[in-house]
Amino acid sequence: MREWPWRLERRASPSGVMRIAAPLLAAFAMLATGLLVFAFLGKDPLNALQVFFVKPLDSAYGVGELLLKATPLALCGLGLALGFRANVWNIGAEGQLTLGAICGGGVALFCSAALGKFAIPVILLAGILGGAAWAAIPALLRTRFNTSEILVSLMLVYIAQLLLSFLLHGAWRDPEGFNFPQSKAFDDALILPVLIEGQRATLAFVLMLVLAVASWVFSSRLFAGFRMLVSGQAPAAAAYAGFSEPRNVWLALLLSGGAAGLAGVCEVIGPIGRLQTDISPGYGFAAIIVAFVGRLHPVGIVLAALLMSLLYLGGESVQLELQLPAAVTGLFQGLLLFYLLAADLFVRFRIAHVPRAVAVA
Amino acid sequence: MAADAPSARLELRGISKRYPTIVANDGVDLTVRVGEIHALIGENGAGKSTLMKIVYGVLRPDAGSIAWEGRKVTVNSPAAARQLGIGMVFQHFALFETLTVAENISLALDEKTTPAQLAPRIRSVADRYGLPVDPQRLVHSMSVGERQRVEIVRCLLQSPKLLIMDEPTSVLTPQAVAQLFETLRRLAAEGMSILYISHKLDEIRALCDTATVLRGGKVSGTANPRAESNASLARLMVGNDLRDASVQPHTLGEVRLEISNFSQTARDPFGTSLRGIDLAVRGGEIVGIAGVSGNGQKELLAALSGETLGAHSGSISLCGRRIDLDGAARRRELGLGFVPEERLGRGAVPPMSLADNALLTGAGAGMVRRGFVQRGAARAAARSTIAAFNVKAGSELSAAERLSGGNLQKFIVGREIRLAPKVLLVAQPTWGVDVGAAQLIHQALVALRDSGAAILLVSEELDELFSLCDRIAVIASGVLSPPQPRSHLSVEAVGLLMSSSVTGAPQAAHA
Amino acid sequence: MSSEFLIAIFTGTVVSATPLIYAALGELVAERAGVLNLGVEGMMLIGALAAFAVGVSTGSLWLGYLAAAIASMLMALLFGFLTITLQTNQVATGLALTLFGLGLSAFAGRPFTGMPIEGLHALRIPFCSDIPIVGPLLFRFDAAVYGSILIYLLIDRVLGRTRAGLQLRAVGESPAVAHALGQPVARTRYLAVMFGGAMSGIGGAYLSTAMTPMWVEGMSAGRGWIALALVVFATWKPLRVLLGAYLFGGVTILQLNAQGLGVHVPSEILSMLPYAATIIVLVIICRDPKTILLNQPASLGKSFHPDA
Repeated sequence: MREWPWRLERRASPSGVMRIAAPLLAAFAMLATGLLVFAFLGKDPLNALQVFFVKPLDSAYGVGELLLKATPLALCGLGLALGFRANVWNIGAEGQLTLGAICGGGVALFCSAALGKFAIPVILLAGILGGAAWAAIPALLRTRFNTSEILVSLMLVYIAQLLLSFLLHGAWRDPEGFNFPQSKAFDDALILPVLIEGQRATLAFVLMLVLAVASWVFSSRLFAGFRMLVSGQAPAAAAYAGFSEPRNVWLALLLSGGAAGLAGVCEVIGPIGRLQTDISPGYGFAAIIVAFVGRLHPVGIVLAALLMSLLYLGGESVQLELQLPAAVTGLFQGLLLFYLLAADLFVRFRIAHVPRAVAVA
Repeated sequence: MAADAPSARLELRGISKRYPTIVANDGVDLTVRVGEIHALIGENGAGKSTLMKIVYGVLRPDAGSIAWEGRKVTVNSPAAARQLGIGMVFQHFALFETLTVAENISLALDEKTTPAQLAPRIRSVADRYGLPVDPQRLVHSMSVGERQRVEIVRCLLQSPKLLIMDEPTSVLTPQAVAQLFETLRRLAAEGMSILYISHKLDEIRALCDTATVLRGGKVSGTANPRAESNASLARLMVGNDLRDASVQPHTLGEVRLEISNFSQTARDPFGTSLRGIDLAVRGGEIVGIAGVSGNGQKELLAALSGETLGAHSGSISLCGRRIDLDGAARRRELGLGFVPEERLGRGAVPPMSLADNALLTGAGAGMVRRGFVQRGAARAAARSTIAAFNVKAGSELSAAERLSGGNLQKFIVGREIRLAPKVLLVAQPTWGVDVGAAQLIHQALVALRDSGAAILLVSEELDELFSLCDRIAVIASGVLSPPQPRSHLSVEAVGLLMSSSVTGAPQAAHA
Repeated sequence: MSSEFLIAIFTGTVVSATPLIYAALGELVAERAGVLNLGVEGMMLIGALAAFAVGVSTGSLWLGYLAAAIASMLMALLFGFLTITLQTNQVATGLALTLFGLGLSAFAGRPFTGMPIEGLHALRIPFCSDIPIVGPLLFRFDAAVYGSILIYLLIDRVLGRTRAGLQLRAVGESPAVAHALGQPVARTRYLAVMFGGAMSGIGGAYLSTAMTPMWVEGMSAGRGWIALALVVFATWKPLRVLLGAYLFGGVTILQLNAQGLGVHVPSEILSMLPYAATIIVLVIICRDPKTILLNQPASLGKSFHPDA
């Protein structure tokens, strides 16, 4: 690299333009790569691209599906972004989502009769608390025992999934379910109402928008949000200012855990309608990508969630129409994040031309 | 150049180096002869370190040429510099804490010798030049003076013809400085050229044959230090006479900060534990703490500011009220201000605006109400600080990292003073700060003192301490000496106190 | 409990530990150079798939292992390019690597799901394998198991005693100082990361060609993350990685054989054991901040820009 006439030079201050342009560049690069991937798989690239990205949206039902999948992605993403800004790396949103589903689902299965018209709010609350409680474990272990929340929250994902499986194979299994690991279907009264007839997006989408606004208020207007941001950008300055690091860690994990729990419970009392072992195609992990592509900002996150949702729908679409594996979704997701990280470089650096050292006689 | 003068070993012509926010070197010419001890003088930030990094191959110049023993060369890397015969002892030692002396030196040499093979050679060089080092010791257990000896031995093992020393005495006691000078004189007598970078005029006048002065990246003059006075050299460095901060007579108030028999074990395994610290600072006085860095200053300040809570014995009181169990935010509410040693990353959040940085410590001053941030109040506070302290920034919305060191320091000092603290803790307030800003900061501290506040000043610059403080104490190995009035102290006495070992007895020769 | 059963427990432990040993030792080398690569899970899956695919297509498992090492090494190279040259955040990039590896392996592995493969055979060492008791205990493993021990010895020797190892450790301690001394920081980190990648690939390959010879999407089931935890648990020392891996292998085997041992706990709860054990060992090691301060490479996870 020394002999090249170009080199990376740190900018005097980060480029605001590139900050917004980077996700767009990344999306574009992902599309371009997509063309290559489809060609490699022996399909007409432009047609495949259209089947992937455009076809899913050509009906009202399709748009509903877009909003439906974007909801848990954005819910998790909003919570995770709060944490990432504070340098708290909650990787276990998938597990917190699962716990939210378990707790909310449990209330739905066993306590709904006693709750009457308060059933749905209580179920949602149970989901939030379940997710928050699961996130409290890494919070405790980090603040009391200095243990990395990355690995702890991750291990808890596997434990959560095993817990769900255990319940569904045992005490919570539907006796009339032909021995499938799933619970009884929830009563109709407990299912979240859809927004518009003819499609599946539910009230959860509205809840997500409310949360997005709340998240924006928190980060930009509340001192608690400022404290978390300082904690993430300059931990020594946060200590200097007397911002309690444990409090920030707890707040970040409880909020993101609760959001993920809400996502989980909304899925099971929404489109799924019961507890089953397969409640999420990796929303908790995809939400990490959503948070980054959305620049950790509520508006960006909602948009990124819509994009990510489209990637899921696209995978299903090409599977149906073109007999391609749906796993192409995961491929695109990974590519998107990679491109974003690469494009992000240009926020802090730029390419400068190096003049050769001139010899002076 | 006369034909019978010693020949030039190193010649720099027209060296320039630019960064996005600053021009570090601008057309610098420099000549070092055989057997000469050549000083490179300048204030902090004048471009000395950058120039030396260029000579040593760590950086490449944007323009200019380097000639070595008459031939033009390009120095592509430190290894290339070493091959030419250039050795460098860095200001911030290039040592790995968790490795031994022999391992460190083995890494630094270009030949592929193992640490075991090096040990005897290390011992012989060390003995020859009076620089005792033990090859098997782990670096983190060594004092700063010992570490510097390791650095010098490392250079000497490669038989350099030019030895560059970058601010070597900033971390030494006066006694250790004398020992270093003897070594350097011996080396020069044997024909080695020495390039000695410093901003300490007394030392340069005692040691060096020639001096080149840098100011703002350019050469502002050359001189024979022995023929000059401190004042004339300072004029070359700074452009005008240094003015002492005015010291008026003033009245003392009640005790505002009281530290009683305070002890705390260091959290960091490489840190220094505090032992039995006793100190009282009254309103209307500035008490200074002198000491070579690494003797407990960091730990003491963090304990006072509230950043290090936890097991300790003894107490700290602010205006009669115990605060040693309170967190930093609470102490600030009670009237404690703090200007920390590190500007970017601790005193200020680099990517945030000055307004947000005002908010950092301003929660108790009306910038936060019922949990909501009052942006307007924060911006106004930042604006008034910028104006009062002559901070050169675009506006209160400029990012902290865009300001020069001096301007950011002015902002931070101004921000803390603006909160009208009852007690202000200040650490290294003028490190890396241009002279104009340093003067302003000193004046602001004196003004704050005159208004009745108590100030505790921790600094490694004895000049600063002697010009500002009413009483001075010395910290060594975590123990604080009783503060003495300034008039009772001399630089030598402070130096002796600074070199106290763990046993508490001052030691004359070792650092 | 018969001696056959005990022998089976022991050999099962070793087999179960082997992929962890490769992946964790590889990651240890990368981390000692200061690079935190959270992409181990993704690289293991890619390695598993590559070994299986090439093994099935060519019939040669050696080629399969080679393919696994190369494939994962390329992924590590990508990771290195992003984090070392482009200076991206190491945590985020590592996660990206894992997600990408998950997606790519699921995508490319479709055709191979359910295919049969002949796994690695146990070696028969003349004379040694036939010693009663000790023979079946120690001398009937496949080549990869012995390979893992050789790799451990190699890494221990190189890191601790050679100059190259010293340079690598120095870069991990303080890249700024190493750079000032003229050492090639970027190149050292690249090589360390790529080595780590190759090892993760081989670890993954062992999963699909020896432990459970088949390909299933996501078959590593979190072992890459456990390998990362192992490096911390081992306080970055190779011997402890080995011991920790055997500990985990033991936990896994005991959990699988619980019924045989007369323990009647639901299988899902037993399956939680390795993950719960990981959390517990992490807490034990990290409790005392001094342990981390004294053992963790000081520059771990931080980007280094030479011209700063």
